[in-house]
Amino acid sequence: MSEARLDGNAIGGLLHTVFGAEMTAAVGVCGTCGAAGAVAELHVYVRAPGVVVRCPKCESVLMRVVESPDRTWIDFSGLRTLEIRR
Amino acid sequence: MAGTAVLGRLTWEAAEVADVVDETPRVRSLVLDVSGWAGHRAGQHLDVRLTAEDGYQAQRSYSIASPPGEPPTITVERLEDGEVSPYLVGEARTGDRFEIRGPIGGWFVWKARSASSAQRTRGGGPGEPGGSTGEYDAAPLLLVAGCSGIVPLMAMIRLRASAVDATPSLLVYVSRTLEDVIYREELDELAQRGDGLEAFLTLTREKPAGWSGYTRRVDRALLDETAWPPTQRPHVFICGSTGFVEAAASALVDLGHDPARIKTERFGATG
Repeated sequence: MSEARLDGNAIGGLLHTVFGAEMTAAVGVCGTCGAAGAVAELHVYVRAPGVVVRCPKCESVLMRVVESPDRTWIDFSGLRTLEIRR
Repeated sequence: MAGTAVLGRLTWEAAEVADVVDETPRVRSLVLDVSGWAGHRAGQHLDVRLTAEDGYQAQRSYSIASPPGEPPTITVERLEDGEVSPYLVGEARTGDRFEIRGPIGGWFVWKARSASSAQRTRGGGPGEPGGSTGEYDAAPLLLVAGCSGIVPLMAMIRLRASAVDATPSLLVYVSRTLEDVIYREELDELAQRGDGLEAFLTLTREKPAGWSGYTRRVDRALLDETAWPPTQRPHVFICGSTGFVEAAASALVDLGHDPARIKTERFGATG
C-alpha cells in the first residue's frame, strides 16, 4: 500500500537537474488546500509513467514530471508557490 | 543530456569503484572515485545510472554513508527483483565505472557542531530549523533507522565521531536479524567510546543466543523507553521504508515531539 509512495527526497536529483538548485528544502504551497511544507515532505509516486507529487495534507496533485531522452515535461499547476531558499 | 555542463546544474558524471566492502550477506558498500567531487553533507544521497548496451537506462538513489570530507561511499542492499542493486551488490568490482549525479539534498542533512560556525554566520542554511537562532547546534540528535535506513544516519554518526562533536546522540536501529545489522562492529565500537553516542538495536525476526538488545518493533513504547524525551527538544532524523518512517514519526509526535523538528526520508522497494 504505502510502499509505492516515497517522499520529495527521492526526486531531489531530478528537481536539482531541472531547476539548477537544491530543491528538497524549498517550500511549496498547495494550490488546493494552502498547506505549506518542504518539498522533502511531499508525497511522491515514482511508479507511474513519470513522477507524480501530491500534497501530504489533501492529496491533490502538485507536480507531474516526465523525462524522456530528448525532453523533460513539467506540470506544476497544482502548486500555488514554490519558494527556493538561498 | 548526460555531461552537459551548465553552471550550477547537477549533471551526470563518471564514477569509478575504488573499493568494495561487504557489510552483510545482502549489503555492500562501494567507495566511489568521482573526479572533481566537491564534497557532501551528512544525510545526502546520490543517483546512480546504469546504461545497458542497447541504451536502456535504469537509475536509483543511494544514500551516502561516508562523512563529509571523505570520498562518497554508498551502501547498497540487494533487492532480488531490482535492476540496479543486484549489479552493485553482486557484480561491481574495483575499477568498474558508471554514472552518478550528486550530492543531492539540503533538507535531510545534519552538520556537526564544530563544522557549523561558518554556516552560522550567515544565519543557518536552508532547511535547518533553528539554524538562525543557534538552537540547532545545542540540540541532541535522535536517529531512528529501519534496516538500510541506517545509511544516511551513519554519515551523521561518522561525522560526529570524526569531528569529535560532543552532541549527545542516540540511535534506535531495527533490523530483521543480527546478520542484517549493517555497520555492527563500528556502531559497537563508537557506542563504547562513552563520548555521548548511545545505540539501541532491536531485532524483529530472531533472538540470538546471548542477545541483550531488544527484540521488538519500533513503536511508541520502545521509543518512550529508549529515545530522548520531548523536553530535550532533539533534532530527529528517521529513515527507512515508508511504513516504518511514518509509524516512527507518528509515535514520536504522540509522545510530544515537535513535528517541525522531525525530518524523514522514505526508502522505496525498487532496487
